[in-house]
This record gives sequence, structure tokens and C-alpha cells, in this order.
Amino acid sequence: MVTHLAFWGLAVIAVLAGVAVFVVNSMARASYSLALSFIAVGLQVLLLQQLYVGVLVILMMVMEMAIMAVYMNMFMGMNPAMMSMNMVHGARHALPVSVGVFLLLAAGALFAPWPSRRGSPPADVTAALGVELMGPKMLAMAVVGVVMAATIVSGIVLAAHRTRYDRFGDDLRRRRPADPQPGGVRR
Amino acid sequence: MTVRTVLLVAAALISVGLYGALSQQVVVMVMMGLELMLNGLILAVAGLWWFCAPDPSGQVLLLVILAAMTVEMAMGFAVATSLHRVRRSDLTDTAADLSG
Repeated sequence: MVTHLAFWGLAVIAVLAGVAVFVVNSMARASYSLALSFIAVGLQVLLLQQLYVGVLVILMMVMEMAIMAVYMNMFMGMNPAMMSMNMVHGARHALPVSVGVFLLLAAGALFAPWPSRRGSPPADVTAALGVELMGPKMLAMAVVGVVMAATIVSGIVLAAHRTRYDRFGDDLRRRRPADPQPGGVRR
Repeated sequence: MTVRTVLLVAAALISVGLYGALSQQVVVMVMMGLELMLNGLILAVAGLWWFCAPDPSGQVLLLVILAAMTVEMAMGFAVATSLHRVRRSDLTDTAADLSG
């Protein structure tokens, strides 16, 4: 009974906080609303006995939203706490499309003949996940690791203001880098 | 709490996120819409895992979704930074070069 009440309470918080992301009039509040929605979903995942993934969702998303709030302060060129931001386009189509998608997904969720549970959960879900990752599913994690490394490189390439080609020319043959402010020790 | 109710809540989160991704003009707000959709996806996969097939390998899919969220966020921030640097703008309407 307590689990059911907690689930529905968290569900209401998750959805309302999700709606608030696009309703509140500051980007900082939108970030924190999204963080609240993620925390509620993370707690729901904990209710579903997936301790490691639930805690991971909460920790990761709280940090990510904190970075997002800082990012908005830095780049968005507006007062992140006060300025109104009713900046939408195509809302006339977006609303019916999203309502239609909800009705479709809800119909599938409610009327599909979901199978009964096959097997039983392991006694220690987190330990079982660790064994799985270090054993049969190691390839999946190895691929994710490579994708993460590629993301780091791509992110730096996209976000970097000046790269080695700006400094040393397209063929990298310039002897002295063309820096706007020469650095290092003068010799 | 059944598989149906969990999926219903996930459907609501995905739909709200879809509205944001389709309607918002600021790049970061579009990313927030995508994040909200992935949030719903996490809940749906977690619910399906618990109620239908609580096998340890199913949890690996959740970790892959979390990795996808991280990649989306990192690349989105990088693209938004690049866009802001080149065009002094953070709106999707100013980055419609590839729009058909």
C-alpha cells in the first residue's frame, strides 16, 4: 500500500515537474524542474528494486542539471532568473501531436496483453548486474566506453574556439603559432 | 503499481517531452524535451524489466539508455556552444541550414 502511494505521488511529481519545464518563465527554474522530474523517476526506479540504476539516475541528473543551469548563465545571454522566455514555434501542431502520441502510447500500455513475469529477480540485483557487465554483456559496455571517448573528442572539437589548425595553419607547417596573445616564456 | 500504470506514467513523460522537443525555439530547451522523453523511456524499461522479465541482462539496456542521455547532453552542449560562437544565437530557427 505504501509502495503504491509512493509510486503515484512520485508519478504526479514527475509529470507535473516535466510540464513545468516548459511553463515556468526562467531557464534556471526549468532546469530545476527537470532535475525534480528525474529525481522522482529515479525514486520510482528504486521502488522497482533497481537500486544501482535508480541511484545512478538521481546522481547523474542532479549534476547534469546543475551544469545546465551554469551553462545557461554563461551562454544564453539573458538573466536566467527573471526573464520571460515564452519562445515557442509551431505550438499549434506540437500540442495535438504530443496529445495524440500520449493517447496512442496509453492505449498500448492499457490494452496490450502484457505477459506475466518470467523468472524471478536475483537476490542481489546490483551484484547480478555487475556480474552480467563483467561477463556476457562486456561487449555492450566496451562499445559504450568507446562511444563515450568519441563523445569527449567530438565535444571538444565542436566547442573549442581555436584548434591547432587555427594556430599552425591548415598544413600545420607554421613554425610560430598565430596566437592573439603570445604565451609561454620569451626566449 | 502494475506494468500498465508504470507504462502510463512513462507515456505521459514521453508526450510532455515530445511537446517540448517540437515546440521550443531555444536549443537547450529542445534538449530538455529530449531528456524528458528519455526519462520516460528509463521508467518504461525499468517497469518492463521488473514486471515482465527480471533477468540481470535487462538492466544493461538501462545503462545503455543512460549512456545515450549522456552523449545527447554532451553533444547538445557542444553544438549549442559552437552555434552561439558562430552566430551569436541560441535559437533553432537560426540553424536551419540543412532544412529541406
